[in-house]
Amino acid sequence: MSGISPRDIRGLGATDIAAALRRRELTSVEVTQAYLEAIGAGNAGLGAYLTVDEQEALAQAREVDARRAKGEELGPYAGVPVAVKDNISTRGLRTTCASRILENYVPPYDATVVARLRQSGLVVLGKTNMDEFAMGSSGENSAFFPARNPWDPSRVPGGSSSGSAVAVAASLAPWALGSDTGGSVRQPASFCGLVGVKPTYGRVSRYGLVAFASSLDQIGTLTHDAAEAAALMGIISGYDPADSTSVPEPAPDYPALLGREIRGLRVGVVREGFGEGVEPGVQEALRRALDVLAGLGAVMGEVSLSMTTYALPAYYVIAPAEASSNLARYDGVRYGLRASNRSVTDMYGRTRQAGFGPEVKRRIMLGTYALSAGYYDAYYKKAQQIRTLIKNEFSSALQSYDVLVTPTAPSVAFRLGEKAADPVQMYYQDYFTIPVNMAGLPAVSVPCGFSGGLPVGMQLIGRWFDEAGLLAIAHAYLETTGWHRFRPEPAVSVAGEAR
Amino acid sequence: MAVTRAEVEHVAMLARLSLTEEEITQFTKQLNDILEAVRRMGEVDTTGVPPTMHALDQIKNVFRPDLPRPGLAREDVAGIAPAWAEGLFVVPKVVE
Repeated sequence: MSGISPRDIRGLGATDIAAALRRRELTSVEVTQAYLEAIGAGNAGLGAYLTVDEQEALAQAREVDARRAKGEELGPYAGVPVAVKDNISTRGLRTTCASRILENYVPPYDATVVARLRQSGLVVLGKTNMDEFAMGSSGENSAFFPARNPWDPSRVPGGSSSGSAVAVAASLAPWALGSDTGGSVRQPASFCGLVGVKPTYGRVSRYGLVAFASSLDQIGTLTHDAAEAAALMGIISGYDPADSTSVPEPAPDYPALLGREIRGLRVGVVREGFGEGVEPGVQEALRRALDVLAGLGAVMGEVSLSMTTYALPAYYVIAPAEASSNLARYDGVRYGLRASNRSVTDMYGRTRQAGFGPEVKRRIMLGTYALSAGYYDAYYKKAQQIRTLIKNEFSSALQSYDVLVTPTAPSVAFRLGEKAADPVQMYYQDYFTIPVNMAGLPAVSVPCGFSGGLPVGMQLIGRWFDEAGLLAIAHAYLETTGWHRFRPEPAVSVAGEAR
Repeated sequence: MAVTRAEVEHVAMLARLSLTEEEITQFTKQLNDILEAVRRMGEVDTTGVPPTMHALDQIKNVFRPDLPRPGLAREDVAGIAPAWAEGLFVVPKVVE
């Protein structure tokens, strides 16, 4: 046994845990045990995990320890635990998408990202809570129970990667994977004070990610700081022949590029980010963050993205249209729930009625309507044309600027139930994140302070495939400000700075 | 062009969702609310603008060699099916 207490282990973070494992000051079993105990004590109150894989996690940890003891060559993060969103397939481990229709579904294969985690020796702790089928911005659409924000459990953690954000923020996992179709990694990262990466479309394989809107979905990372994000991105990125939309290029060495020079970088502040729909506290935190970037030598400018306001309506055609088609596979035949055996049509209708929650049904209805005869040109084609204009606008802004900045979300975490009754209001949460998915660009949400005791996130948007550039800015910014060092309960910095 | 209750019932049939009466009422209202917000797209002149089908320009059609590859093992699939017999998925009778 090492002299490091379980609470201290969890305070180390992924990078220092990995270093301690390499120096053999800790074993993976000790680390995994510390997280499993914390999950046992904290998960009931926070709802971060839907499934905890205690036995298998410990078995994986023991295997890594044994290989290390034998002197085998291991990856730099071997033995570090990780949490995985429950829409990412894990062989032999229940994958529900927080839906009744997949409540008992155990995938017969691993998603490519999970296979990559395992190859790197990471230990999968369990599967995290989410909005059903990744449709939502609060976590309240989970069919099982809502996850709660560790900074204030009466508030939502954001969504749809709710449980992944809660697990990392509450130190129930050192880091986690999520998925982002319209902001589902970045907005919960913002609400929980984390770094959330939405990679360029095609950078990370979607094979084994349960499809929601295939032209927008991308797996991303939730971590405390930019160095961890770079490390985890390095593990999961790269070409995969099993995903025909994955880009046949090797991923760069993200950790090696963290120290890239910030001075002289052209930063375009998006004017719409200070519009009337954005809370004053969010605007203030963002203004201070921009001052810090200027202080680091960035050349600041201002840019208008006038198409931003049309991205949301276009998204609410494209994403539901793709979802209505993707979710047609849940029919009671091959896997998942079957609610009737009377006739095939009755089986389809009743299975889907019983298995899907209200938001999923709403989006299937919306998408089916938009694609139905007579409406295709008015809705789907129009939305795809607007998508072209959004892309063009970003493309031209990113010729003048190396990075664009907006708030990640227009508000800080709101109360459970506050927006649940009005879907249109809830959709506005993703106002600044959706355009990025429409264009396939990479973006990172970076913690940039607090408003009323709740975390605020700044969104950095970069050129296609320039995740490394974004992470370098995030790293320099966080090293200067220290916002990534704050932890909820007790809400003080682990490094000791006052709030 | 408001969405009528009859249209919502038709769309539910297309989507194979056996909605309740209350759900049909609720979705009729909500679809109209959402579509009203969506119709803001009409403010944008898209004459001659090509639609984007894929986020990245460099990916076109992707082909692989047409060679047989192993699929999922039958015994792995059997365990996840709601009804399974003799290596086949069992469904309600389709043809009378």
